[in-house]
Amino acid sequence: MSPVLRLVLKRLGISLIVLIGVSMLIFAIARVIPGDPARIALGPNATPEQVETLRQRLHLDEPLPVQYGYFLADLARGDLGISLYTNRPVTADIAQFLPATLELILVAGAMMILIGLPLGILSARYRNTWIDGTVRVVSILGVSAPSFVWAVILMLLFAYFLPLFPIAGRIADSYSIPAVTGFLLVDTLIAGNLAAFGNALSHIVLPAFALALSGIGQAARLTRSNMVETYDRPYIEMARSYGFPERRIARRYAFKPSLIPSLTIIGLDFAAMLGNAFLVEAVFAWPGLSRYGVAVILRKDLNAIVGTVLIISALFLIVNIIVDLLIALINPRIRLSQRPA
Amino acid sequence: MTAPTLLIRDLHLGFKTYGGLVEVLHGISLHIGQGERVALVGESGSGKSVTARLVIGLLQMMRGARVSGLLQFEGRNLEKLSAAERHALRGTRMSMIFQDPTSSLNPIYTVGAQFQEVLRRAAPAIDRAAAMEKAARLLDEVLIPDPARVLASYPFQLSGGMNQRVMIAMALANEPSLLIADEPGTALDVTVQAQTLRLMRDVVERHGTSVLFISHNLGVVREFADRVYVIYKGRIVEQARTADLFENPRHPYTQALMRAIPRVTGGGLPEIEEESERFLEPLVVHEGCGEPGGMA
Repeated sequence: MSPVLRLVLKRLGISLIVLIGVSMLIFAIARVIPGDPARIALGPNATPEQVETLRQRLHLDEPLPVQYGYFLADLARGDLGISLYTNRPVTADIAQFLPATLELILVAGAMMILIGLPLGILSARYRNTWIDGTVRVVSILGVSAPSFVWAVILMLLFAYFLPLFPIAGRIADSYSIPAVTGFLLVDTLIAGNLAAFGNALSHIVLPAFALALSGIGQAARLTRSNMVETYDRPYIEMARSYGFPERRIARRYAFKPSLIPSLTIIGLDFAAMLGNAFLVEAVFAWPGLSRYGVAVILRKDLNAIVGTVLIISALFLIVNIIVDLLIALINPRIRLSQRPA
Repeated sequence: MTAPTLLIRDLHLGFKTYGGLVEVLHGISLHIGQGERVALVGESGSGKSVTARLVIGLLQMMRGARVSGLLQFEGRNLEKLSAAERHALRGTRMSMIFQDPTSSLNPIYTVGAQFQEVLRRAAPAIDRAAAMEKAARLLDEVLIPDPARVLASYPFQLSGGMNQRVMIAMALANEPSLLIADEPGTALDVTVQAQTLRLMRDVVERHGTSVLFISHNLGVVREFADRVYVIYKGRIVEQARTADLFENPRHPYTQALMRAIPRVTGGGLPEIEEESERFLEPLVVHEGCGEPGGMA
């Protein structure tokens, strides 16, 4: 078995254990917070008998471990239960709201990599010049304010005072795009509607950028400091003494080893965006999973809370596995340390 | 008479700092004939490593470095060459070996990949198979068993001594006329250091490579070099054939340096003066060891 495959299997196994732990935890927490979900769902006018019937239907009258058993049995069939808020299967709700959030996060993640890394490289190559200074100030700004603050600032600057971008939503109402993947940027292209694509793109720029800013700052700062450190390594001097071209040294010898810690942080930031997206989505009225998550928590919609948290945890774990894999591909030390058990 | 491989005359180096220009080399002169092994010996901070980096051209890239004097390589004035011409010499006509072999090799590429990169300096079109074949032959020459396995390995999988041999093989891969060895193997333990130095001496002798050997270790220098320059605080203080120098060290600093070596037979750590006016006495040139062109 190849070391990389072994690494993936190991990570998958660990992830599964983590997911089970998360499900137990969130399952318990959702049930100990005060308030009777059946009562909230049925409203103040329902009779005690009606509430009791619903409680029985939801197995709320049984002990917690038994309830968890029902939950696992349903989960095995891919059933997360019915949301008391929307009265639809939780899986259907997630399928509807998740793509918007994923799209936002993916665009923000791309910004983080495509803007953050080059800024860091630039900063390191021209260290102690004005370029470096500018990048460092910008990145510290990005890191030091939370993304919802940036969301409000960006919205004020570029949607209100300087109306370059739309203020809210995913796409103008005038377009009706058949949902195929749920990603509007993809669906508009599938529909061949370039105007709609441009419109969707202009809608996503500000929220994604607000979400990405702290990650951009982190990635730039980390890449810079790692590259500066790597430039002082003996193997860089050796590469220079052999007259390897300076650009090649920057790319192969300085950047690639520095990428390893940057990748770890980008992965963590990427996953953290799942949480930060809650507030950014609220600011930009982005119809994503985060808004759904907040709504169901306020209504104590047990099934929906557990479902949403599980999906977010799963995404978090998947991102981590991808990052681990990328690092293993770059760093032979990690790749080769995966010895047979 | 053909031009010496390396001729340095009145080389000055200063660094611009906030406090003004700080001079670290105060006009050193040395030469290395074809196939000659010349050592530059001194304590840390004496200017030996910067001299090596000036010859290969690494220090000139630093902002704030001010260089003057003559640096001549195979009859060509290095400072008069264009950046591209200068660059073309590096890794082909002259190459360098560093102190710590394991950290001088890039940790994320295999030895083979790094070898190929080096070979490409002389033969840009060399393909992987040809490069590996040549690399295996070179590794064989430095007595590395199972070269194919070593080429497929990463530096961290090999021992320090093995990496040192790899470095030697790489440095000689493109048949340079000048090899600069900056404290080679100082990071290795003594027995491995001795083995690799012997090996290095044999290989450069076979190839007829000139060597500028930088060291603080007189014992090692004695075994390796034909001639020795002793450097102290940016000045050459004594130059002689190796045998003459060890038989009859004339400059007070050289004498102190020799006394400074702890004996295996005991007797405690030697008492030596940290600094002395006498260390700054003028250059002592042993018979027949003057600089070409009459310059002292």
